[in-house]
Amino acid sequence: MSKEERGAESTIYEELGAWHVNTGEETIHAKRMPGRFRTLKYFTSLVWLVYFFGPYLRYGDRQAILFDIPHRQFHFFDITILPQDVWILSLVLLFFAILLAAVTSTIGRAFCGYFCFQTIWTDAFTWIEEKLEGKPAARHKLDKAPWTLKKLRLRLSKWFFWLLISMFTGISFVAWFTDARQLWLDLFSLQISTVELVAIALFTAGTFILAGFMREQVCFWLCPYARIQGVMYDSETILPTYDFKRGEPRGRLKKGGVPDDQGDCIMCNQCVAVCPTGVDIREGQQEGCITCGLCLDACDTVMDKIGKPRGLIRYASLDDMLGKPEIPLYKRPRVLVYFAIMLIAISGILYGLTHLGSLELKVLHERQPLFVLQSDNTIQNKYVLKLLNKTDRDAEVSLSVQGPKDMQVKGIDKPLILHKGGVTPHTVYIKIPKESLKESRIPIIFTAKMSDKAAVAKYESMFFGPE
Amino acid sequence: MSEKNNPYDVQTTGHVWDETLGELLNQPPKWWWIGFHASWIFVVVYTLIYPSWPLLNSHFKGLTGWTAIKEYKQDMKEIESVRAKYESKLPGMSVAAILADDELSEYAVRSAKVLFGDNCAACHGAGGSGNPGFPVLADDDWLYGGSIETIEQTITNGRRGMMPKMGGSQLTDVEIDKLASAIVAGKVIEEPLYMEKGCVGCHTPTGTGMQALGSANLMDGIWRFAPGSKESVAYTIKHGVNDPSDPKTRDAEMPKFGGGKLSDTDIKKLAVYVYKLGGGQ
Repeated sequence: MSKEERGAESTIYEELGAWHVNTGEETIHAKRMPGRFRTLKYFTSLVWLVYFFGPYLRYGDRQAILFDIPHRQFHFFDITILPQDVWILSLVLLFFAILLAAVTSTIGRAFCGYFCFQTIWTDAFTWIEEKLEGKPAARHKLDKAPWTLKKLRLRLSKWFFWLLISMFTGISFVAWFTDARQLWLDLFSLQISTVELVAIALFTAGTFILAGFMREQVCFWLCPYARIQGVMYDSETILPTYDFKRGEPRGRLKKGGVPDDQGDCIMCNQCVAVCPTGVDIREGQQEGCITCGLCLDACDTVMDKIGKPRGLIRYASLDDMLGKPEIPLYKRPRVLVYFAIMLIAISGILYGLTHLGSLELKVLHERQPLFVLQSDNTIQNKYVLKLLNKTDRDAEVSLSVQGPKDMQVKGIDKPLILHKGGVTPHTVYIKIPKESLKESRIPIIFTAKMSDKAAVAKYESMFFGPE
Repeated sequence: MSEKNNPYDVQTTGHVWDETLGELLNQPPKWWWIGFHASWIFVVVYTLIYPSWPLLNSHFKGLTGWTAIKEYKQDMKEIESVRAKYESKLPGMSVAAILADDELSEYAVRSAKVLFGDNCAACHGAGGSGNPGFPVLADDDWLYGGSIETIEQTITNGRRGMMPKMGGSQLTDVEIDKLASAIVAGKVIEEPLYMEKGCVGCHTPTGTGMQALGSANLMDGIWRFAPGSKESVAYTIKHGVNDPSDPKTRDAEMPKFGGGKLSDTDIKKLAVYVYKLGGGQ
């Protein structure tokens, strides 16, 4: 083994020695510091108000947005989506998946840092914790303190508020799937169904445990998106980055400012203190970083105080740090591909939503027997029409059939009433004189027309005769 | 050696093999411990709730009294409560009224599908497509009439038509051959024998038969006894249908399904089903 190789080996072990993984034995009590990104985070958290209050929007006599699973319908204002149109949902999922990829490849794990429910709920929970138990130091002390009446009181009141939020979270989730007003009535009159109760209980317990106790451990070990997003970075992605060229060698602040032979990092440790996942950003980008930008706020505050320019920790790409020129967005193939896919998905969704239609028609030809000889020497075929009314009210539909001139049709003389949101079957018989049948198969086109709307549905079927 | 293998001085079982091998009393991992206790607690709770332990003469019934049969019965009750909306109306309604109501007739057709398969399809074929010697139900040719009421009557009381044998003393083989040829050609009323030998009495001067008697329409292309060949027609003329004096006579009987075999409601459903097979008459 040469000297260099041994040198490389020892560096590996040094890094290994410094490698610390928090598997939950250490509770992170992050410090709260005001700043630009803190404010931004408060604003982005507001997105979740939609989750809490969305179910109470009304449209006409029903809930505006309702995932009606028992009736297999999804209501979104005046749009009702039935299982037949569920392909739109797959495009919506595709759109959001690619949106996540596009955002992550340009500005990093913005979802994790600013929008993720785990992050936001944990933030809310720790806010309550700070109001009740005090600053991080006091909280560390309380954690270690023996159980006294005072500790019990603090803990119980904290858990009470956590539980309150958790329960509201659970109830709000269920409210998307059932009538929200009725849900509250059922809750208070103790007439809630088992399914709803179990769903609320699971969500309450999940929120309480995940946001209250597991916190950053979820991001480290449970969340698949944390890892998926990690591999979407490239060297052009902007991330919270410690400017090591400017910061190193770090050293303590002396009287009269930072000494000339020192970098700008004064080892104040504020960036670590504020980190909600407890990582040290100065070690570089790592799995624990949810790119929330709180360390930027902390560092900027300190830099202001010691009279140095801001941005020792800043949003920057790896290329930027290495002094490479920045590539504009529209020249980055990944971004372009992502946006192309998103564009396809969104045009598909728009097409789907504008072409939902109100009426769907399917025709099943009777197969046993395929055709029947009638006493007047005609051949009769039987068809079962399945008419789907996608609108939210009963509708009248008139039927017509296109086929050979001498055919007789039975069953289309009077209009049909189709019940809302369901399939109505209807039987139609067609007779054609035997001697005028030139072929054993003749195409027949069925047309259904909704009388008060412009909705028309066509279906091509076959008329079968003897060979 | 043994000290190196036990650097943290964990307690051992005290057993030593091959002079130095001891067995350490390490606790199993915490996750395993939690899983283990959760498992046996689950088993205990489960066996308390559900029927489980065998006893001398029977078995432990479980605290909730759950059984598979009870659950099945409950499910059936649920289905019946869904059907009740229609089922409660059917007994008090005439078949014609059921047929006129789109929703009820649709229900009748759906619930009679199994009834038809169990009771009718063996002879009449699935979908009423008929079998040799058994009439097609999907066409508009009805021996006894294709109105919904007649179909109901036919199912309830059954049918047994009768055509006397014409072979032997009545008609010679040559005459039978003549008549059969005329019938297959659809021109039987032009054949003088048709009037002379009294065929006209049942099959009427127009040759279209009488539904009150169940006599067949001889003018159309639909044959009661398949195949519709001259030989087959000649056989029917010679030996008759259900004529007890001729052992070779055609056998044609529709058994009755009323009087306890099927309920009135089931018969009504079947009548609607059969009517809708081909659209009745």
